[in-house]
Amino acid sequence: MRALPMLALSVLCALCGSAAASAPPALDDLNEIMGLLAMRQHGRVEFIEQRFLAVLSRPIESSGELRYDAPDRLEKRTLLPHAETLVLSGGTLTMERGSSRRVIDLNTYPQIRPFIESLRATLAGDRSALERLFHVDLAGSLARWTLTLVPLESNAKQSVAQVRIDGARDQLLRVEIRQPDGDRSLMTLRPSTLP
Amino acid sequence: MTMRRMGVLVVWLGCVAFAALVVARARYITDLSAFLPADPTPVQQLLVDQLRDGPASRLILIALEQGDAADRARLSASMMERLRKDSQFTSVNNGDAPGQRDREFLFQHRYLLSEAVNPERFSAAGLNAAIRETIDNLASPAGLLFKSLLPRDPTGELLNILDQLARAPVPPSRDGVWVSADGSRALAVAQTTANGSDSDAQQRAIETIRTAFAAAGGSLTSGHGVQLHLSGPGVFAVAARAKIERAAVRLSIISSILVVALLLMVYRSLPALGLGLLPVTTGAVVGVAAVALGFGAVHGITLGFGITLIGESVDYSIYFFIQSRQSVAADRNWRQLWWPTVRLGMLTSVCGFASLLPSGFPGLKQLGLYSISGLIAAALVTRFVLPALLPLDFTIRDVKPIGRRVAQLLERVRRIGPAAMMLSSAALLMLTATVLYHDRDTLWNRELSALSPVSHKEQQYDARLRTDLGAADVRELVIVSGADVETILRNSERAARALQVLADDKVIGGFESPAYYLPSLATQEARRSSLPDATNLRVRLKQAVEGLPVRAERLQPFLEDVEATRHAPLVTARDLAGSSLNAGFDALILHQQDRWNALLPLRGAAPDQDIDTVRVIAALHEGGVADARVLDLKQESDALYADYLSQAIRFSLGGFLALTILLLVALRSPRRVVRVLLPLAMSVLTVAAGLVLCGVQLTILHLVGMLLIVAVGSNYALFFDRQAHAAEGGNDAILASLVIANASTVIGFGLLSFSQVPVLVALGTTVAPGTFLALLFAALGAPAADGHAQHS
Repeated sequence: MRALPMLALSVLCALCGSAAASAPPALDDLNEIMGLLAMRQHGRVEFIEQRFLAVLSRPIESSGELRYDAPDRLEKRTLLPHAETLVLSGGTLTMERGSSRRVIDLNTYPQIRPFIESLRATLAGDRSALERLFHVDLAGSLARWTLTLVPLESNAKQSVAQVRIDGARDQLLRVEIRQPDGDRSLMTLRPSTLP
Repeated sequence: MTMRRMGVLVVWLGCVAFAALVVARARYITDLSAFLPADPTPVQQLLVDQLRDGPASRLILIALEQGDAADRARLSASMMERLRKDSQFTSVNNGDAPGQRDREFLFQHRYLLSEAVNPERFSAAGLNAAIRETIDNLASPAGLLFKSLLPRDPTGELLNILDQLARAPVPPSRDGVWVSADGSRALAVAQTTANGSDSDAQQRAIETIRTAFAAAGGSLTSGHGVQLHLSGPGVFAVAARAKIERAAVRLSIISSILVVALLLMVYRSLPALGLGLLPVTTGAVVGVAAVALGFGAVHGITLGFGITLIGESVDYSIYFFIQSRQSVAADRNWRQLWWPTVRLGMLTSVCGFASLLPSGFPGLKQLGLYSISGLIAAALVTRFVLPALLPLDFTIRDVKPIGRRVAQLLERVRRIGPAAMMLSSAALLMLTATVLYHDRDTLWNRELSALSPVSHKEQQYDARLRTDLGAADVRELVIVSGADVETILRNSERAARALQVLADDKVIGGFESPAYYLPSLATQEARRSSLPDATNLRVRLKQAVEGLPVRAERLQPFLEDVEATRHAPLVTARDLAGSSLNAGFDALILHQQDRWNALLPLRGAAPDQDIDTVRVIAALHEGGVADARVLDLKQESDALYADYLSQAIRFSLGGFLALTILLLVALRSPRRVVRVLLPLAMSVLTVAAGLVLCGVQLTILHLVGMLLIVAVGSNYALFFDRQAHAAEGGNDAILASLVIANASTVIGFGLLSFSQVPVLVALGTTVAPGTFLALLFAALGAPAADGHAQHS
């Protein structure tokens, strides 16, 4: 029982992935990008995620597939190095690994919300949700944009320093999450080739 | 004469004073143990302890409903904060994040608590595998949070322990608190320090929860906003106690008023009324005193049944006054003619109630002794004290007109002819027998819950909360016993190995064990001795991290922690006390006098799926825990009750047989005995059939009610029998006294039917119609005596 909060946190960390983007010149219309994103009902991409942790002497890598269904369902299926499925639906996160299955309530852990909501609110094109949690900064053009999110809430600030999402029109390309301790994760996305 | 009178009064007053003293000093028990076995087998004892004092009995389920979800969560959090500071509760949980303290405790003792710790794990290869897995975990979300712990815990023992503890199912949560599946209720569980059977302490705990709710801003009055609902064994016990007390007090008062009014109307004399109540009050005091002397303590429920005594003992004084005080001449007449009949009626009642004495239920035993001693006392007071107190020329109003009117009514019915009467009796017997035979398999309710003072609705609500909490009532428990905590923890670990095989095979869904929270010292010792010394560990670690993305130097804190554990003491139950793990551990340990029991509750492989206990027992045997027992709580408690029920039915039949023999000896005529018993049998059968037709399943309390029908009704039947064989008249007075006596009985028991307490309702709905029918059948069955012919 006691495991849950921690696992929840870690689970969510996973979801958060990371991103980075080279920032082209600023574009003022955040609404336009959000509108494009909001029009997508389903999405399916492969990801490769790298984590750069100070405690390790080299980065670790995992890969799999991300699926999104409007308005709020997000599934992350990690295939390597270990099979694991995370499903975020509404306010709950379900994690399955091997024979174990856990259900976690997101509201219980404010410190993990930025990991989740940065990605989900962006995918949903939900500007107000983004702006509730983050200071939002947009750079670049519609063809190639970079969203920089800085958590507003103190709980969230402890776990996430900054999220950068790189995209082109309604596609997300890279998600980088930097943590206050200098560790970071980088998730690179590309159209799915999996069956 | 006067000397004799004085003597009688002195003896009586002396007895009453002594009885009153005993009553005043008696110990009264208000828990529900009246319906738990008096001489249990060891398994039953465990069951009783479980029901009374077990961890389950200490749970209070807290639900917050109405209002909006955020309000419920806020109230819940605020309540928990208050309740956690209160020593009345060993634990309070609403699903919020566990304290930092628990995590620190687990982390500090991780090498003693983790099941993964063994010599292989601390070989170079074992370390390599463990560290590799921890790093893999970092790649996945589940491990990332532990990254800061890696230097101290590279083998991931904390995660292992957390997984161990996470085996119990938990309810979903929202806004940080547990909620029902549909989200409409916020849930929490409190475990009281006091036993479930300590109703006073339970009541205080309940009040504390209500106060915390109000202090958190909740409104205790119904209306808008969030509502507080409590459930659980302690809550039920407290509510039941209040309900029984309320019902007993209120109903006793109302029925006393009604009976007094009735008697006043009949006697039109205050002294007569006052004297008329003497047998009842003497009987009640003597009855309670007898129980106190015989059993050491009096069950509250026995007092609740005090009303039953009014049913018969008030009759005695009614018979006495009406039959003997219509005229001066009637007095001597009564003593010679009718007292033997009252005495015989009293003895038949004693036969009936004596059948309760050998019962295994303390509650029934007490009721039997109470009734027997109370009836004898009341009859003696009627026979000896009342005449001694009354002036010789004392008479009451002439009630013969009442008797005459009843006689006329009866006469009109009788006009249909003896053949038709016989036929209709036979038809009634056939009909009732058919009804009872048709429902013979479901006639008796064999579940203990049938006696529960808790309403069906409350039971359902409780079940819903338990389902919400994922803690559906545990039915099966594996129990291992031993002389001390260490022994039972070792046995629990052995049992757990056997049970894990079953869980893997899906025979059971899972189980809990106290050893999850606190491993046995033997196990801890084995784990501690599998930790290598600093020099060895350093060498092995160097080999282990080859090829892994972590450098051995970074893991220096790991070496220090392992070395510290090697010299640290083992974890004991006392160390656990500070953490919230203690609640989980405590809940699974049951201490009985010189024995300790570990409880390992089993979960079904799927909801509503029964557990194959035979396989569980076999697996435990194979696993070398032969002395482990499997207890099916519900089945066991129902079996217990079913045993008592069939025992009580057997004893009642025995009582009936004794009564028949008594009548045979007294009346010396099988024909007369049949005449006396037939109306009683018919009314018992008719009432039973009526109840069945109303969809009622009979319980042990209905059986007691039937005994009362026979006890009270036998007086009626005996009077009619005596009347038929008496040379002298006075029949109208007799009839009037029977009608009035019956009216008071029907009033007393009829009122019980309106109570909220199932056991009292069962008694009321059986006795009120039953005694009326007994009078009716006895009157109709009686041969028309000469006296009637004269009047009509």
